[in-house]
Amino acid sequence: MEYGLDKRSNSLKTFNTVFIIVWLLIACFPFIWTFWGSFKVRADFFSRSDWWYAISAFNTLVETGSQFTTNAYSEAWTEGEFWKASRNTVIVTVFVVSISLFLGTLGAYALSRSTERYAFWILIAALIFRAMPHITLVSGYLFPFFQMQIWGILPTTIVVLVAINQPFTLWLLYSFFKTVPKELDESALIDGCSYFQAFRYIIMPVMWPGVITAGLFSLMLAYNDFTVTALLLNQENHTMVPKIQSYLGTNQHEGNLMWAVSAVVSATAPLFMLVMFFQRQVISGLTAGAVKG
Amino acid sequence: MPNKTFFWFFLPTGLAMILFIGLPIISTGIQSFYAQHDQIVKEVKKCDPFGCKVSIVVDQEETSKLREAKPLGKFNGFGTYVDRNHLAFDEISKFWKETNSTGEFIDQVTNLPFYKALIFTLTYCLFVTPNVLFLGFIIALSLNAISRKIRGPLIFGTILPMIVTPLVGSLVLFWMIDAKGIIGANLQFLMDDPYLSLKSSKTLTWITIIIYGIWHHSPFAFVVFYAALQTVPQEPVEAAIIDGASRFQRVRHIVLPHIYPVVTFVALISLMDNFRVFEPIIGFSAEGSAQSLSWLIYDNLVNEEVILFGSAAATSIMTIIGIAILLTPVLIRTWREFKTVR
Repeated sequence: MEYGLDKRSNSLKTFNTVFIIVWLLIACFPFIWTFWGSFKVRADFFSRSDWWYAISAFNTLVETGSQFTTNAYSEAWTEGEFWKASRNTVIVTVFVVSISLFLGTLGAYALSRSTERYAFWILIAALIFRAMPHITLVSGYLFPFFQMQIWGILPTTIVVLVAINQPFTLWLLYSFFKTVPKELDESALIDGCSYFQAFRYIIMPVMWPGVITAGLFSLMLAYNDFTVTALLLNQENHTMVPKIQSYLGTNQHEGNLMWAVSAVVSATAPLFMLVMFFQRQVISGLTAGAVKG
Repeated sequence: MPNKTFFWFFLPTGLAMILFIGLPIISTGIQSFYAQHDQIVKEVKKCDPFGCKVSIVVDQEETSKLREAKPLGKFNGFGTYVDRNHLAFDEISKFWKETNSTGEFIDQVTNLPFYKALIFTLTYCLFVTPNVLFLGFIIALSLNAISRKIRGPLIFGTILPMIVTPLVGSLVLFWMIDAKGIIGANLQFLMDDPYLSLKSSKTLTWITIIIYGIWHHSPFAFVVFYAALQTVPQEPVEAAIIDGASRFQRVRHIVLPHIYPVVTFVALISLMDNFRVFEPIIGFSAEGSAQSLSWLIYDNLVNEEVILFGSAAATSIMTIIGIAILLTPVLIRTWREFKTVR
């Protein structure tokens, strides 16, 4: 949106550019800094005496004989068992995304094609469910799950994450389905398709952009979740985010901070790549509910 | 769509939501009326050559037996809700009688765990939400004025703080702000105070967490506002320019009214998200000076000896009530709109 008539003054232009640069620095520098620091030893990145060590890598040079070291990574992935955590994350993410999309597309399609009053109330209920803090739900799960002895395993967590994710997926896909004209499936119905056939063969093929967007958001939820995975999984089955927290240490035992730093970088990198690739979908997903009303 | 078809289409997702969102809320409600069992004590007579002594010890066997028989604990009614760790009515009335000035009374009350957490949660919401709206809007306006060619990468950079999980986001900031990090160390040097650190000051911790909140949530507001700005019609803007309206006047009288519905949407979403603030407290290791409602629940649930189901559930129910109060205006508005549409 460039205002054709608008001749902006130079000072305003400069101010604008400076503001954007400052903001981008604030937004990105912490990640760049952590990435840089992950190749140092602890005495450098968390230097007690002089923060300049983090740049000059004095201790890294002394301890490892080079200015950059990948020790933190190799230790975290092997000794710290981060490989196991990332394997668990992959399992959880794949299942959560596929199940969420399967349930969500069916439900949202029905909601978008229903003219009944209850469809509206279901959407409102979903909005209320969306507002529930996850930790309050977890406090409801823990006791029954202990009793049923299904606590700590991956399938339970997957089902829970799918359910928590449904309200948002429903809203998102609902607003996408609304943009697909009704005439399309109505003509299929007249031609003798069942509702399911119309959904499967007529609507789904034109819905891919929406499905990809919804899939990305389910993926981000499952990948990023801390509350549910930290409390519903046992040590053995921890995914990446609770694993990172366990490296931080507690009052009782000291953690290994450099493991946490390298684990943070390892966990964030795939996510950034994914968002870089699918930026358009992420943005359209965030705005689908808002702008289209 | 016929009701029957709707039912079958909606059944899987409906079932998932009822089983894992609806039922847990009910389960939380039930749990909140129970409290963990007291330990059963017994008298043990110990005799040695100098005589016999009766001492009271915990009967481990009986206690664990009782816990197994009735795992939910003992019925406590609203007892958990009013105890010292929650609404603390007794303590408040005691403070009311004993303290001399209002300031002292408020001081005492805000030291109770629940009120402390409530105040932090509300303060966080109150400071983060408006700033997120403001900063997001400003970023959207400025990015919108930049050449289209380089906007893509700039948008990517802008949304980074939002896509990382709050725990990672807060850790990344914490490692810089900490006394041993790049910003913390320089601040110590600038302020000439070698003991200046995040953990030493409550105010500093609160400010840091609030700044983190703004940093983390602004990109969301930005994205939504940015998309809304693309839909602002050009004609009124051009007419305003011809009429001599200043840049600020154009934003104030044309752009803002146009995107107003989106502003309420963003405000609502970020209010809901801010109310559940929890992970940054762990990321910043700020448990000592900042506790939120969600953190209280988490703390009960990771308790080392006995998981305090009742206590966690009572806090959960009160958090849900808080959310309900936040949502009511929106629900009433939606209901009115729905009625007028029909």
